[in-house]
Formats: sequence, C-alpha cells, structure tokens
Amino acid sequence: MKEQRIIKQQVIEINNDASIFSINIYELWSYRDLFLTLAWKDICLRYKQTLFGVAWAVIQPTIAMIIFTVVFSKMAKIPTDNVPAPLFFYSGLIAWTFFSQTVSGASQSLIEGSRLITKVYFPRIIIPLSVTGYTFLNFIISSILQVVLFIVYGIWPSESVILLPILYILLFITSVGVGTLLAGLNAKYRDFCYVVPFLLQIWMFASPVAYSANLIPCEWQLYACLNPMVGIIDGFRCCLLGEWPDTLHLIISGVIGFIIFLLSIIYFNKLDNELADIL
Amino acid sequence: MTRIITAENLGKRYILGGQDKAYQTIRETISNIILHPFSKLKQNHSKTQKEHYWALRNVDFRIEEGDIVGVIGRNGAGKSTLLKLLSRITKPTEGNIKIYGRVASLLEVGTGFHPELTGRENIFLSGNLLGMTRVEVKNKFDEIVEFSGLERFIETPVKHYSSGMYVRLGFAIAAHLEPEILLIDEVLAVGDLQFQKKCLGKMETVSKSGRTIVFVSHSMTHIESFCKIAFLLENGSLTRFDNINEGVQAYYRLFRKDNKTQQGFANSKPPHLSSVVKLIRISAINKHGNQSLEFDQTETFFIELDYQVLSRSQVIPHLMIRSDDGSILFPATVIPQIKDCIDNYFLNPGKYRAVCTIPGNLLNTGTYRVDSFFRCYKILEDEIYEPSCLEFSITEDMTTNPFRIDFGGAIVGYFRPALNWTNNAISDYSEDKCR
Repeated sequence: MKEQRIIKQQVIEINNDASIFSINIYELWSYRDLFLTLAWKDICLRYKQTLFGVAWAVIQPTIAMIIFTVVFSKMAKIPTDNVPAPLFFYSGLIAWTFFSQTVSGASQSLIEGSRLITKVYFPRIIIPLSVTGYTFLNFIISSILQVVLFIVYGIWPSESVILLPILYILLFITSVGVGTLLAGLNAKYRDFCYVVPFLLQIWMFASPVAYSANLIPCEWQLYACLNPMVGIIDGFRCCLLGEWPDTLHLIISGVIGFIIFLLSIIYFNKLDNELADIL
Repeated sequence: MTRIITAENLGKRYILGGQDKAYQTIRETISNIILHPFSKLKQNHSKTQKEHYWALRNVDFRIEEGDIVGVIGRNGAGKSTLLKLLSRITKPTEGNIKIYGRVASLLEVGTGFHPELTGRENIFLSGNLLGMTRVEVKNKFDEIVEFSGLERFIETPVKHYSSGMYVRLGFAIAAHLEPEILLIDEVLAVGDLQFQKKCLGKMETVSKSGRTIVFVSHSMTHIESFCKIAFLLENGSLTRFDNINEGVQAYYRLFRKDNKTQQGFANSKPPHLSSVVKLIRISAINKHGNQSLEFDQTETFFIELDYQVLSRSQVIPHLMIRSDDGSILFPATVIPQIKDCIDNYFLNPGKYRAVCTIPGNLLNTGTYRVDSFFRCYKILEDEIYEPSCLEFSITEDMTTNPFRIDFGGAIVGYFRPALNWTNNAISDYSEDKCR
C-alpha cells in the first residue's frame, strides 16, 4: 500500500533516449510480485501433468551422475582427484545444471513470452530473470541431495566452504548474464534457437564437468579461466571437497562473468526500445 | 484541472517489409557487415526513407485529470500505435510522453492468461501483469471471482473454459483495477451483447469516479455516450476535438470518400462513361435528414447518391448492397421508377441526387457496404463501378426491438424482415381430447 502511493507521485517519462547502463532498480523492485508470480508460474507449468513432479529435480542430476561415473570414471578412467567419483561428478554437475537450465530457459523466454510483451508493460528483463525461479529450485533440491551424498560417503567439507556464497553469486550472475544476452540475441536473430543447444554442449566439454580442472595443461589454465564456468565449477568442487581453489583463476573467471553480465544488461537495454516491435 | 498525460512531438516509425524484415538472421547481418562495411553509414541517407513508415508523426496533446478521451480514426490511422506508446509497450521513435500516475492498459481480455493454469492462478498472474500487487489481488480475489460468476470453475485450468467463461474471468480482473489512468482498446467491446453491456456499464462507473480514460473504438455510439473529448487520427496525425459531436462528424466526413471516388475514376480504365457522369458523393441519411453511419434496425433511412451529368445521356444510377464479408445481398436501382418513360428519359448536364429508401426491419444488425455504379440505358457493357464507397451499420436497442422479448443472443442472417404472420388455433383442446 505504501509503495503504491510513491508510484502514484512518480512521473513516467516515455521517450527514446534511455541510457544503456541503467536498470531502474526502483522500478524492478516495485515489480517484485510479478517476478515471483512469473517464477512460480514457470515452476507450476514445468511440473504440471507430470507423474513424478518435483522429484524430477532429483532424478535428473542423479541419473547424470550415474552415467558420468560409469562412462568417465569406470570406462574412460578419468582421474577424479582421489575423491569418490559420484561425489566428484555430482558437485560439478549441479553447478553446470543450474547454468545450462538457466541459459537455455532464458534464451527461449522472450519468444515464449511474446504475448505478454506485446500486450502489457513491465520491465522486460523480468522475463529472462524469472527463469531462475525454476532453476534455483532445482539447484536447492539437488544441493540437499548432495548433502545426503556427503553424509553417505562420510566426507566433511573443510573451512573453504565459506567461499560458497561468493561462488553462488558468481554462478548466478554468470548464468543470468549469458541467459539474458542469448535471450536478447534470440529475439532479434532466431538463429540462436539452433545455436544455443550446440553452444551448451560445447561449453560443457570446455568446462571441468566431466573431468578435473587439474587435467588442463598448466600453460593453458589461465586461458581456460576466461571461460567463467571453469573457475566456478572448479571452485565449487574445491570448496566442497575440502581444498582452497586457485585465487587467481577464481578472480579471472569472476571478472569475466561480471563483464558478461554487464554486457547483457547493456545489450538488453539497447534492445528494449524495439523489443515489442520485433517479437 | 491538473495535467496527467502530456505528449510532445510524438512519432513512431516502423520498418516496412513486414515479418521478413522484422527480425533478421545472423547470416544477413554478418554478410552485410562483410559485403558492405559502410552500409550502416549510407543507410541513414538513402535506405531509411523508403522502407520506413511513420505510424504517428508530430503528435502533441495534453490530457487532464478526469478526461475521457475517445480515440477514433480509420483502420491503420495509428490508434493502436498511440495506445501502445501510452501503455509503454513500444517506445516512440521521437518525442516524449509524460504520465503522472499509475497506468493500466487493457489491450486484450485476459492479459497473460496461460491455458494450463487454473482460474485462481491466472487471476494472480493477470492481476500482477496489469499492475496490481499480490496483496491487492488477494484482497480483491473474492470480489473478482464473484463478479465473474465462475466460483465452481476457479480450480479448473482455463484451457477447459469456454470462450465466454474466459472472457468473463478476464474482464472481472480488469474491472477491479484501480489505476488513475485506464487505456482501453476496443477489444473489450467484443463478445456477446450481454458482455458488451457489462463492459460499458463498468466503464460508465469508472468514468464517473473521476479517473482518466483513453478509449479506442470504432463504435461512434460508444464514443459519443462516454467520451467528452475526441482525438481523431488520420494518417498518423492527430486532431483534437473538445466537442465530441464535432469529432464524430469529422470522423464520418472521412468516409464520404470524395477524394477516394475521384481517385477511383482516375485509376480505372478510362471508360466512355467517365466523360458522361461523375459521382460526387454518397451518404447515408437518417429520417431527420442528418448524415449518419449507424441506424437502428427498425429505422427507415436513405442512401443519397449525388452525381453530375456532364453531357446529355440516359444515365441510370445503381447501388449494390453487400454484407461485411462482401456477399452481395441485393442490387438497387432507380429503373422501376423510370421504366414507363425510359425512352424519353434523358438527363441534361447538371447535378442530380438519387435517393434510395432502405426500410426499417429489413437488414439484420451488422455492418454493410454499398457499391455504386452507373450505366446508360441499352449500353450494358460500359459502366462506372465504384466498390465500397459507403459503409454503414445497423444496431438495435435490445429492450425495444420487436424481435426480442426474452432472447438476448445473436439473431443470424443478413435480413431481419418483419413479415406478416397469422397464428391461430385450428382445433381447440376439447376437440383434441375427443379424438
């Protein structure tokens, strides 16, 4: 009620010269209910008319973990840094799954939401953002399963877990950044419908999901970190399995992730002027 | 009064070429960059002017608090674009708008409804989209459900709703918005008559509560009964009428098609007849002698055809009445009146007016189009044909129309003639019983 009164006094100015850096944080905040509703709608829709419902959030990474363990550890004999293979793959997989689900969901979101965009106003960025509702729920559920796995294997994380919150934020920013960027590109160039699945596949093999970051040759490691997911996934794994991740690698990946995020916002703002006309 | 919306030098440009140009493929963009690295610079000079189209240009206006503005104009005049700009769906190419207050825009019924979600879920979704907070929706939830009359179906996914139920739920949400400024597209006036009445009744209460409304419609009846100010759009420019009647008259004037008629003559093959006769104007006149484009179903009205005869000839004016979908309903001609003296029927150069009476209780409700054509006696192959030079619509007052007592639905068909009937008993009850 209170914030309504503030909105009333606000003057809405509509013109073409919006600055490309600005996100109107105040306006975004006033639309938080819409964000929650859209996120919750997304969750509802994904699990409606499914037999297993939210259980899919557990089934998916578990099956992936089993496949990875069998194929990469038992058959291809990829070393897993002296950690039980299921734990090793699982801790990489949940970060990767959050990333790939957010990116692929967000990249389609504007096209799927075109009916809303052409009929009513709200900050458009809410649409790709709201995808994180569903992916974050999945992330939490699979993280709970991870805790169970740790207990089963009797492994206790060391003090490096204090880095986890930073890694969460980095993961979130990178995923949302890449997702929003691709969402905008996809709205403008529909080619990206075909590009995104490939991109994610290549990206997965370029990131240490199925192998340890230590397998990357030393002289390449710095360059590899230009892929923000290298630093993030390696960081996750180290934190959970009781080591300190390489600070430089983490900083490089973090900075790149942040740059992508900024670029995506600049591009999205630029696109915002014409979004309703191209959808 | 305080200003609530001001627009200065507003313009919106679209790229012509439709869907193909609307979004590009990467291949195009990349190949363009490689092949014509400087085309971006050039484009500004040569290409843009050709392929762009201004839906609105140089539009200035000011709307005060409590104004009820009717936006009128022909299809493609820029009405929807104006509404889209005001509701912030698209941004203007130039100029700016300032809005002082909370805006809700109703460009469709059931904004944001998702077929898989239940009625309850959709109320929250749509309410949030239209600018209500979650708490507001919660507070009004029961009212909304009651208004829609869908208590029993509120937990059913809306994909199982009938289209009527869908529209009712959508409107119930819209009716409970409380913005200072309400933008309404005429989509709200679709649906069955009962629903229309409900919409309009709600609009009336909203308008009385002192809120500002911008209303787009093709129905001059609605515009005249609700709005106080008219914005007439024509080819992207806006004219303001502080007197609603003047605005409506100006709108009708657009349909007189004087200009279009002359154009039609110029473009068609130069027939022999064009040197003989020229259509000046065609208009529909009500029984009081005033020009109108809407008539009651029971009302008798007239179609006036003014034409100029340029050289002495046996020109005969005709009309062709068509339905909205283009089907021919009937031709009308002056021949029955002149048939006896046809051999001596010659028109000297000068202006003439042919008036055709369309009796009440003949056409059903709906929109009709009139073609006009001229022929000379005994020369059938040469004619001047002017398609769709007049459009009018037939409406009805449901409370007084003799065809309705308790029936409120649509009556089908192009015609609704009042035919003579007898309806008497041919045997009485006692006889039946004896048999």
